[in-house]
Amino acid sequence: MFKALGYFWELIKGTLITARHFVVNMVFHTLNFVGIRTKRRGAVTIQYPERKKELAARHRSLHRLMKREDGKPRCVACMLCATACPSECIYIEAAEDPDAEIQKVPATFIIDLNRCCFCGFCVEACPEDAIRMDTGVIDIAQYTHDDLVYDLDKLLK
Amino acid sequence: MIGILLIKIVLALIWFFVLTLYLTWLERKESAVIQDRIGANRASIFGLRLFGLFQPIADAIKMFFKEDFVPPFSNKFLHTLAPFISFFFVAVTIAAMPFGEDITIAGKTISLQIYDANIGLLFVLAMLSLGIYGIILSGWASNNRYALLGGMRGAAQLISYEVALGLSLVGLIMVYPSLRLSEIVRAQGQLLFGFLPKWGVFLQPFGFILFLFAALAETKRVPFDLPEGESEIIGFFAEYGGLKWGLFMFTDFMEIVIVSTLLTTLFFGGWQVPWLSAGGFLFPWGGQWVLPSWLVTVFQIIAFNVKVIFFCWLQILIRWTYPRMRYDQLMDLGWKLLVPLGLLNILGTGILLSL
Repeated sequence: MFKALGYFWELIKGTLITARHFVVNMVFHTLNFVGIRTKRRGAVTIQYPERKKELAARHRSLHRLMKREDGKPRCVACMLCATACPSECIYIEAAEDPDAEIQKVPATFIIDLNRCCFCGFCVEACPEDAIRMDTGVIDIAQYTHDDLVYDLDKLLK
Repeated sequence: MIGILLIKIVLALIWFFVLTLYLTWLERKESAVIQDRIGANRASIFGLRLFGLFQPIADAIKMFFKEDFVPPFSNKFLHTLAPFISFFFVAVTIAAMPFGEDITIAGKTISLQIYDANIGLLFVLAMLSLGIYGIILSGWASNNRYALLGGMRGAAQLISYEVALGLSLVGLIMVYPSLRLSEIVRAQGQLLFGFLPKWGVFLQPFGFILFLFAALAETKRVPFDLPEGESEIIGFFAEYGGLKWGLFMFTDFMEIVIVSTLLTTLFFGGWQVPWLSAGGFLFPWGGQWVLPSWLVTVFQIIAFNVKVIFFCWLQILIRWTYPRMRYDQLMDLGWKLLVPLGLLNILGTGILLSL
């Protein structure tokens, strides 16, 4: 019984902490609402679809394939990315290129984003710097699985 | 007279339900502000958001259009009846609450109270106790062990705290020798030592704390939410969905309003504004501010609403501050702390009154 009484002061302290949060945040909310800009905001929330958080420079977002100066893909279909991929989501079919310097190009290059775990190993593995994950696109959700299978045209965009 | 009574009932119920509906909004927003978030603000009508004030309406519409599912293994009649029992017995308690001093319109005296019973306080407590039937019935009729466990926990908790709740109020009844709520409020209009309003919290500070604890347990919310136990998924409404579940949730919020109204009426002077009497303000330092009688009534109703909303706010603050108690701790608090202290409070009050 007396032990419980000892907790009473702690209960009041806890309530005062939450009440302080409430009052302080409400003050900043009210100031911002009437148009006074404060350095601190009432909430740490970022209102997502309207305002987006700036992504870090090394953030791994949607993949893209780089192009040569003449517009052809840099990829030489060496299969290193497909080998490195832990989710086995990259599928490449190679074709011959008339240019003796290049020799090999991808006829199909498919990344199945249903399986991709965005580890970035494909980017690390690529010797030609042909695949990058720096588009900054993070809202890639689709209604069907098929829409998440990205082929060469989509990746080169 | 019947017409006036009907108007009073309709107005009181509108007040009650609107306040309850927007308590869900307050709960979302207040918890958000406490946790440095923003809270529900997306519900909009024609792009008008108004801080999410339409959220309760959106919730209500969502619940209306959900399937009214009754599990095939349940007792269908009782399963349907239970939420309505719960809802009804909380909803009728508003009848005994005094909203303001009697007003006179065209020579007729109208009390701003639906049912001015001489046992008003007992009526409220009795109706709140009868709400237990809704809980235990819903648990039993669901024919689900977890729901039954929740119902049993709820019944055990509410009956235990009923004792503490009643005992904490005995001292108050001894001080204002009346059970009539309007008379208790009128008695609180007098002054103590010439400046302090004779509110229950000043006469019965101990009783106030005990009542606050017991009443929080009666609302079945977080520090005492064993009947529901969100994280353990045993609740007396485990087998409910849609509008019936919504009715249980609504009842929960209605109980908050009722507890706030009781706290206001019994311990914080009800509709009394400090130093405001029928003629206007009479300040203890000698000042005076004469007011017309209608303005006095407006002041009183505003004071009542402000106090009630403050206590709703306080209860939500408490709900978002404390973790849940264990069941044995809950029973210990009720039987080993609140009941003996309530008895001591009665003893102390009796000794002081007989001096």
